[in-house]
Amino acid sequence: MTDTVKHVGLPDERPPSNIVGPVAWLRNNLFNTWYNAILTVLVLLLLATAVPPFITWLFVTAHGFDATSQECRAGGGACWGFIGEKLRFILFGTFPYDEQWRPLLTIVIFIALLVGSCDRRFWKPWLGLVWAVGLTAVGILMWGGVFGLTPVENTLWGGLPLTLILSVIGLAVAFPAAILLALGRRSNMPAVKVLCVTYIELIRGVPLISLLFMASVMFPLFLPNGVSVDKLLRAQVAFIMFAAAYMAEAIRGGLQAIPKGQYEAADGLGLSYWQKMLKIILPQALAIAIPPLVNTFISFFKDTSLVIIIGLYDLLGAGKVALSDPSWRGFYRESYLFVGVIYWVFCFSMSKYSQKLERDLNRSHRR
Amino acid sequence: MATETRTTQGAPAPGGTSFSLSDPTFRAIVYQILVVGAVVLVGWFLISNTLDNLARRSIATGYSFLEREASFGIGESIIDYSPKDTYGRAFLVGVLNTLKVSVIGILLATVIGTLIGVARLSSNWLIAKLASTYVEIIRNIPPLLQLFFWYALVSDSLPPVRNALNPLPGVFLSQRGLWVPGLSHSPVWTMMAVAFAVAVVGTFALSRWAKGRQARTGQIFPMARAGLGLLIGLPLLAYILGGMPTALDMPKLTGFNFVGGKALSPEFFAILTGLTVYTSAFIAEVVRSGIVAVNWGQTEAARALGLPSGPTLRLVILPQALRVIVPPLTSQYLNLTKNSSLALAIGYPDLVSIANTTLNQTGQAIEGVTMIMGTYLTISLSISIFMNWYNKRIALVER
Repeated sequence: MTDTVKHVGLPDERPPSNIVGPVAWLRNNLFNTWYNAILTVLVLLLLATAVPPFITWLFVTAHGFDATSQECRAGGGACWGFIGEKLRFILFGTFPYDEQWRPLLTIVIFIALLVGSCDRRFWKPWLGLVWAVGLTAVGILMWGGVFGLTPVENTLWGGLPLTLILSVIGLAVAFPAAILLALGRRSNMPAVKVLCVTYIELIRGVPLISLLFMASVMFPLFLPNGVSVDKLLRAQVAFIMFAAAYMAEAIRGGLQAIPKGQYEAADGLGLSYWQKMLKIILPQALAIAIPPLVNTFISFFKDTSLVIIIGLYDLLGAGKVALSDPSWRGFYRESYLFVGVIYWVFCFSMSKYSQKLERDLNRSHRR
Repeated sequence: MATETRTTQGAPAPGGTSFSLSDPTFRAIVYQILVVGAVVLVGWFLISNTLDNLARRSIATGYSFLEREASFGIGESIIDYSPKDTYGRAFLVGVLNTLKVSVIGILLATVIGTLIGVARLSSNWLIAKLASTYVEIIRNIPPLLQLFFWYALVSDSLPPVRNALNPLPGVFLSQRGLWVPGLSHSPVWTMMAVAFAVAVVGTFALSRWAKGRQARTGQIFPMARAGLGLLIGLPLLAYILGGMPTALDMPKLTGFNFVGGKALSPEFFAILTGLTVYTSAFIAEVVRSGIVAVNWGQTEAARALGLPSGPTLRLVILPQALRVIVPPLTSQYLNLTKNSSLALAIGYPDLVSIANTTLNQTGQAIEGVTMIMGTYLTISLSISIFMNWYNKRIALVER
């Protein structure tokens, strides 16, 4: 009995190429039906005509950061010489040239504060203290006048620091006001409720421009004779009024999401109204409201660009004013692309963060 | 009400209100008096300051300036306007211009936004990626920057009038805007408009009758085909009966500008494009989330019942998706209308820009700002009321 049965396995077959692999991917995602195939071909044709010229314009035939406007006008692609020449103006506005490390440091502080606040491990009471220190530092850096810093009028502020100041400080001041408005809107006291609802709906019903107009032409009339408030502060007040109404609505959404049992349990423990709100309701409601609050902040950040209408030059304003230099007129593509990318980086990262936060918070809710 | 339940938690007050701060009812009244008092005090302070300042600068308050001659020109207007007209009429021109750009913008943004929202859910990877890139880029750039860009694109990059681009016969594109052939005056157009109105009414009546008949007898009337036939057929009939005029009013270069045809100014083009593109990205997200919100099981159930794909979409998916879509869509419409005030920055004569000119010329700051706010509040409220009515109509009827 020498003959044994030999079991020889067949060599492993490769998985069929119509199920896995690049070909299958193409078939499943681009050519799965006849109309998708047509669409894919059309879109590819469109991209082929649009993208290469754009890339060429952007990089290949573009002039470098040290190009002069004469060289750019002679032809070719994008003129990055414009950005090279106007970079400091667009970023820092008319801040004195030798002192421009101060707005630069301001930008760094703001970004550090914003990035630091994104980490949920840092959501502790001392974060408020860090913010207070950071904003004081920003104030000292921008205004000067102490520690041997040259004083700088706030009419000279501009560029990215102005955008950040208007949006971040506006947010920080509007936040407590928004909590009060949201609580007032859900209050049982009819007079308080009516006042809060009227304020919120009034502000949300009108465009921001009309509030900025109010700030620039009506505020001076509101103040007693002899008292004057500078333009930047008036714009800041308008932004705070605007942000408070929108944030109040975001917080109200959070308050409404808290089950009634939480209120009743707090009442049952005999807590007072403020104890109930501060210790039970608001911590939960604000956690739910954070993603919509971040979204509010994103639109708020974009809306600060409207200050150009009352004559303040934030990032977009500076980018537009840089174009009015006669020797650099007409390079609007480069200017708006550059400014747009800065806005985009800020807004896009914030919106990605808000989406991530929403997922994380939902996970903890679902358990 | 909750006020009553709260009285039981505080001090015992069985015999009515006690005048002590530990009684919640009494406390609530005190708080409200304090809050209202503070608001009235601040209001009074501001108003007295304002009256004081106005008296010192000898500015007369009131809206009588609206009767005075405006003496400034307006680039484009739907109604007849000349600098000899009053400020009131100038303001009306502004309101109409705002409404014009908002209505056209809302229509275009809804169409484009819906297409892109659906494209984001496409099974075609390339199209889905392209649509989401569009949304992510457009949403995160300030609308004002986009407006500036579109405006600069038209006024800087297009050739001057003499060398206007002529992509199609009768269509001219230059720094001064876009000219397309218009319809020359003919009674046929009015007849067609009337025919269309009749068709709309007829379609409406027919659909009510068809619904009633289906409810009674179960017979389905081909409403889509009949309605479309009416809406296209009646105006077409009017056109044929009117002798089929083919004359078009072609734009012609005369002197320094085009004459005739329909003109689209660079400002209008920029504001319309900017608003449409910006809002369409948001509407795309609204539409996408609405469609995603409808459970796939609904589609499967409809198919199991033997419904063809058309009625599945129309009778099962859309009614449920709309319920999710309509409230955020309303706020996007409101945003677009409010964002149309950015027109000021590029010189399109909307109501803000005309009110701005008016208040600079007359010094009537308070009146100007209140007119802007009042108009926008009216527009916002009207859109909200209409959309709330619509939302209620399509809302889920529970028990």
